[in-house]
Amino acid sequence: MRQDRTPLVLGATLAALLAAGPLLPQWALFILTLAFARGLVALGLMLLLRAGLVSFGQALYYCLGAYAAGALGRFYGVSDIFVEMLAGGAVAALCALVLGFLLARYRGIFFGLLSLALSMILYGLIVKNEALGSTDGFNIAAASLLGWQPGEASLRYAVMAAAAVVSLAAAWLVHRYLGTPLGRLAPAIKDNEIRVEYMGASARYAVHVKYVIAAALAGVGGALAATTIGHIDPDMAYWTTSGEFIFVAILAGTRNVIAPFAAAAIYGAIYSTAYDLSPNTWQLSLGAALLALIVFLPEGLSSLLVRYARRP
Amino acid sequence: MPVVLDAKGLHKSFGAVIAASEVNAAIEKDSVVGLIGTNGAGKTTFINMITGYLKPDRGAIEFEGRDITRLPPREITRLGICRSFQIPQLYSSLTVRENMLVGLGVVLRNAGLGGFLSRRPPLVPGHGLPAEEAAARLLERFGLSEYRDRNAQALAGGVRKLLDIALAMVAKPRILLLDEPTSGVSSEEKFAIMEMVLAAVRAEGATVLFVEHDMEVVSRFAQRVLAFYDGRIIADAAPQAALSDPEVKRCVVGRRA
Repeated sequence: MRQDRTPLVLGATLAALLAAGPLLPQWALFILTLAFARGLVALGLMLLLRAGLVSFGQALYYCLGAYAAGALGRFYGVSDIFVEMLAGGAVAALCALVLGFLLARYRGIFFGLLSLALSMILYGLIVKNEALGSTDGFNIAAASLLGWQPGEASLRYAVMAAAAVVSLAAAWLVHRYLGTPLGRLAPAIKDNEIRVEYMGASARYAVHVKYVIAAALAGVGGALAATTIGHIDPDMAYWTTSGEFIFVAILAGTRNVIAPFAAAAIYGAIYSTAYDLSPNTWQLSLGAALLALIVFLPEGLSSLLVRYARRP
Repeated sequence: MPVVLDAKGLHKSFGAVIAASEVNAAIEKDSVVGLIGTNGAGKTTFINMITGYLKPDRGAIEFEGRDITRLPPREITRLGICRSFQIPQLYSSLTVRENMLVGLGVVLRNAGLGGFLSRRPPLVPGHGLPAEEAAARLLERFGLSEYRDRNAQALAGGVRKLLDIALAMVAKPRILLLDEPTSGVSSEEKFAIMEMVLAAVRAEGATVLFVEHDMEVVSRFAQRVLAFYDGRIIADAAPQAALSDPEVKRCVVGRRA
């Protein structure tokens, strides 16, 4: 039996990031941290994609996580990044637990559009809410870490380090989950739900669990993005934000838990470069990149990893 | 032998079409029962009602004295009633081995094993082996070892049938329902498949109901025959007696009485 090298790769990646972090410029740390935030959402999307489900509304939980983190600071004066991520994940998971009773009944385009509709409802609610800053949103205080308030020079590195620890730990947990009987059910649900039921399992329950996990990851990602950017607004729930996550998830593929973070970093690089070169037509570059991706790498980055691993 | 499965007065209609009418059948433990009848006679409807895919309009189904009439398929499977399908229901993007591991994983999960915190591969209940080894043994028993790393969608018809039946055996059924296990299979393979399946079932000790159109297969492997026609059971007897029944000859076998 082949040895599972994922924990080793995750550990080595974390060590490399922590070691190299102080050498990186502030802008690179910022992009890297946002890549972890988006990567977390994509990691959750990967769980759903493995079961054949595409959520066009994962921004719902990303935004909920961000606003939960923002609300902690705005109303309770809490700025600890770990508490913010925990709160973001918990609020998103709780919401998904309730909405999951509805969504787990649907498949295909109905699942996708229903998830999109729910995210747009949240967008509408926040836009109309003055206490949450309406369309302008509100700013979030600089993060602290377990009671330590980093100085301006070390803040970006500290936040990136916290993001890396949490994200890679989440990746390891998801990797473990994929090896459990419930995790293994995902491709079976995608292939043949009738057989799943006739094996004695509930496909609906399995989808519900995956939906809640995906939401929790998106919530943590949202909280991380909020504290990294220092500002939140309703656009975090807008459907185009969900589209970005799908872009990252497709770029990543579904075979590896590290790929979503690598894909998010690539997405961040494409986006930043395209915006820098042509602020008014950056979507053109992003669209071309997506087109190239679908044509040349239909199964995402993770298929590359598998392909190279199989080389003699 | 004690009755393990008891269908009492089952009735099922789809609009004006009556698919089952006053179907009564008491199935004895460890018996091998052949279900025969022309297309549309009600055989698959009978199996679908037992396994929870269809709910009868009237009547009741008891398994070991417990009413299972309204239970969903997964609950019925968990009780030990498993089935194969006329068109094999496989996980087509997975390999043969992975198909088995998914099924064994469900057995583990239903037993509360193989969770997130498990450090070692737990033993699959009923198999007494870790999932990988239990899968290998089942594949060997069904002659599927050589296909273990092949994708299910790339398998030939007979192999697909065997994998479908092997999947049904994963949960260690007490009753196994086989819907046309030899349809779409060459005549040479039919007997081999049935012999292999029944040998595996005998090793596990389960009651078997199988739908079959080939009367040679029925007379060779069934201990008892239920002949369906127009939603009713028109004969319930040993193969010799059932197949020589004038009504069965006229309505099912297609020969003159």
